[in-house]
Amino acid sequence: MPMPASEIERLIKASIPDAEITIRDLAGDGDHYAARVISSSFEGISRIKQHQAVYAALGGRVGGELHALQLETAVPQSETNQ
Amino acid sequence: MSDAQTRIADLVKSNDVVLFMKGTALFPQCGFSSRAVAILDRLGTKYETVDVLQDPEIRGGIKDYSDWPTVPQLYVKGEFVGGSDIMMEMFESGELQQLLGAEA
Repeated sequence: MPMPASEIERLIKASIPDAEITIRDLAGDGDHYAARVISSSFEGISRIKQHQAVYAALGGRVGGELHALQLETAVPQSETNQ
Repeated sequence: MSDAQTRIADLVKSNDVVLFMKGTALFPQCGFSSRAVAILDRLGTKYETVDVLQDPEIRGGIKDYSDWPTVPQLYVKGEFVGGSDIMMEMFESGELQQLLGAEA
């Protein structure tokens, strides 16, 4: 089921307010997206937890309604969490 | 622990490198699974795969097992590593080589 990019962005922003979000519609079908999410809230937590935070923001849609979301997360100024 | 969770725990513990995926390594049924297989093949690592499409119980259970909504999922030495995006990031940064090379 297609879902507009603006809706994805809105949902992520709602739970990660400082998120800088870039979304690309990979296939132009509203169903395959790539998202890059940058937030200072990711600092010091593992990649797994960063992705889980975005999945949580999308409230269970990933893997269901939203089939394909390629995800990349980062903290501002390319700080790493190593 | 439900039956599915026990079965998944057994699979994860009894294989050093195991990928839960859609389809098989030879015939992946999804672009993300295909990408995960390509990364592991590229590294030349020995790995097991579990085709969740052949096993509805595991397909449902794997999402709860690591609180991760999608397949593929990679486990190394019993630890959840991530999905294909994280695998790709770790491959590009050399972390995955390190993780897998360390136990070869």
